[in-house]
Amino acid sequence: MNYAWNWGVLVQPPYLEWLGQGIAMTLAVSIAAGIIALSLGTLIGIFHSSTSGAMRLVTGSYINLFRNVPLLLQMFLWFFVVPELLPKAAGTWLKRELPNPEIITAIVALGLFTASRIAVQVAAGIAAVPGGQSMAARASGLSTVQAYRLVLLPQAFRIVVPPLTSEFLTIFKNSSIALTIGVYELTARTQQIQSFTYQGFEAFTAATVVYMVIALTVTTLMTVIERRVAIPGQSARV
Amino acid sequence: MVEMIRINGLSKSYGDVPVLKNCSLDVARGEVVVICGPSGSGKSTFVKCINGIEPAQAGRIAIDGEDLPSKPAAAARIRARIGMVFQHFELYPHLTVMENICLAQIHVLKRSREEAKAKAHGLLRRVGLTDKEAAYPSQLSGGQQQRIAIVRALAMDPVAMLFDEPTSALDPEMIGEVLAVMLELAREGMTMVVVTHEMGFAKAAADRVVFMDCGEIVEIAETARFFAEPASERARLFLSRILAH
Amino acid sequence: MSGFDVSVILDALPFLAKGLGLSLGLTAIAMVGGLALGLIIAIARLSRFRTLGTLAALYVNGFRAVPLILVIFWFYFLVPLLLGRPVGALYSVLIAFVMFEAAYYSEIIRAGMKSVRPGQWQAAQASGMTYLQAIRLVVLPQALRKMAPLMVTQGVVLFQDTSLVYVVSLHDFMTSASIVANTQNRIVELYVFAALVYFALCTAGSTLAQRLSSNRQRAH
Ligand SMILES: Nc1ncnc2c1ncn2[C@@H]1O[C@H](COP(=O)(O)OP(=O)(O)OP(=O)(O)O)[C@@H](O)[C@H]1O
Ligand SMILES: [Mg+2]
Repeated sequence: MNYAWNWGVLVQPPYLEWLGQGIAMTLAVSIAAGIIALSLGTLIGIFHSSTSGAMRLVTGSYINLFRNVPLLLQMFLWFFVVPELLPKAAGTWLKRELPNPEIITAIVALGLFTASRIAVQVAAGIAAVPGGQSMAARASGLSTVQAYRLVLLPQAFRIVVPPLTSEFLTIFKNSSIALTIGVYELTARTQQIQSFTYQGFEAFTAATVVYMVIALTVTTLMTVIERRVAIPGQSARV
Repeated sequence: MVEMIRINGLSKSYGDVPVLKNCSLDVARGEVVVICGPSGSGKSTFVKCINGIEPAQAGRIAIDGEDLPSKPAAAARIRARIGMVFQHFELYPHLTVMENICLAQIHVLKRSREEAKAKAHGLLRRVGLTDKEAAYPSQLSGGQQQRIAIVRALAMDPVAMLFDEPTSALDPEMIGEVLAVMLELAREGMTMVVVTHEMGFAKAAADRVVFMDCGEIVEIAETARFFAEPASERARLFLSRILAH
Repeated sequence: MSGFDVSVILDALPFLAKGLGLSLGLTAIAMVGGLALGLIIAIARLSRFRTLGTLAALYVNGFRAVPLILVIFWFYFLVPLLLGRPVGALYSVLIAFVMFEAAYYSEIIRAGMKSVRPGQWQAAQASGMTYLQAIRLVVLPQALRKMAPLMVTQGVVLFQDTSLVYVVSLHDFMTSASIVANTQNRIVELYVFAALVYFALCTAGSTLAQRLSSNRQRAH
């Protein structure tokens, strides 16, 4: 292998700054999208587990729609197509006046996409709570909302923590797709460093290390949560 | 005379919990030994060490005069000569009865398909299950599954058979049909080590009884003596509990 | 903009079909290669040899921690460097996908193998089978049945992921649609059409996975 090593390039201006900005952008986009995904996904998941057929049809359509189109294409749809379909004024506002439209689009697209995946996990978690629990809650006079809030969801939450860990990790990884609509997140920045300096090996290694640190942090955090909420006598993982 | 199974100073622990403490037992050719003892006393572990599917930390095991190597791969050849029957049958659910019986014959003993099938037919006739050869295990009753499991083990022409609670997962009305097959085997002179709580079977078939407690072999006695006057207090207590049922 | 223009899609159909062919081909190769490599990694992870298990775990967790786009960039840049000559984006991308998918498939296979009851391993071993015979004849056939739905689901994810070759300008379906969209200036038509095609194919895949998993449940 014929390659001139120069790890020093990573700490040279402006490349160190680029890396820093890339990391900050990856974190900002992922966390914002994560908040949307968790709140919307939980809601959709709860409604999806309801007994109402109409409710299940609506939530099921959302889940299928967002899970069966590539995220890259979803970003393009939100970024290029939606402004064209809106009334002229709104479209223009989106394209001209909204600050950093690419970042906002990336957050929304990533959030809505991940919400569909989280909804599936939440619904599965609720389904995994033994059927007798729902009956017991109702038998003791709790309303449907109370039964969900006090009995079903606290149990489902514990079941859902491990699969959610992997969804959260996926958000950070998927945020890299935002580079296709011009968001300068970590992967875009390292690609940029590679094309400016031809020191691709160093740049990609730096990004890989950062992603691994993020993965390790998220996994550790979620394991702590899992331990905290574990019910004594029931192992959290099967 | 050469003992069929020699076990000398067998010890094993999981982490720092000892499960078997210095256990020794010789089983003669054609002898039937029943092992009993309270739950968790190490009976299953002991039997699984005999053919090496559980590795032991200390001790020597010899089958038919040949030492069982500690390397699992090297032990495979000797293991093929000892049949084993499990509490939960462990028939392969993705294979038919016939395929279950032929699998190890073909892949371990390298028998031809015809040879293996002929062997299976003969044995199936003996246990009265010839009509089930195309069935899958999930289509059989527990008693039928266990009889097939015994046939699967016998098809390998074993020099000895190990049984780990072969009837304790069965509904009461099916226990008899499995014990009948085992009794017949014993009468034919098969060397057998049987973990069981069926004291009726022990009285009818066993030459000696081994009593285990807390990972130790507490007592080894002739069957009649064991039931008439067990030497140890622990065995006496165990017998009074189990016979009270 | 002026109404939805279907003719632009019809005119571009041969070009788009070629792109779809590449997407499907890439999916097939990555799936077969990923399964084969994933099987080896899963067996290594479950083996008694500690070092082998640790290496396999590092491979899996390493690939699962980084985005696919970064992996594509890595191989796009690394493969020519390793071989000492340019090889074209397609080969780099193929290697990247196979190695990336292997990490995910190995986890599915490992979970499947671990879900086979320990008694089945013991029964196989007790009859004198070697470790590899026990895996091949007893454990894998059972594990594969359980894993089939998950493998199809992962295949659907993989098919969607092939759209990411857009970043190295390989003409897959997504990139082809984007090229037509921009050259013909028909963004809405092309992207909506692409979404419909992806949706139809992925829904078919998801339905197959559901069918497989309910068949399994009925069989029990
Ligand atoms: N894989 C394992 N890891 C840790 N401890 C184990 C394991 N297998 C068995 N043990 C422990 O070893 C001891 C002996 O177990 P074993 O299954 O041999 O007992 P047993 O006499 O067969 O009991 P039972 O009548 O319930 O089948 C038990 O205390 C058990 O908890
Ligand atoms: Mg036992």
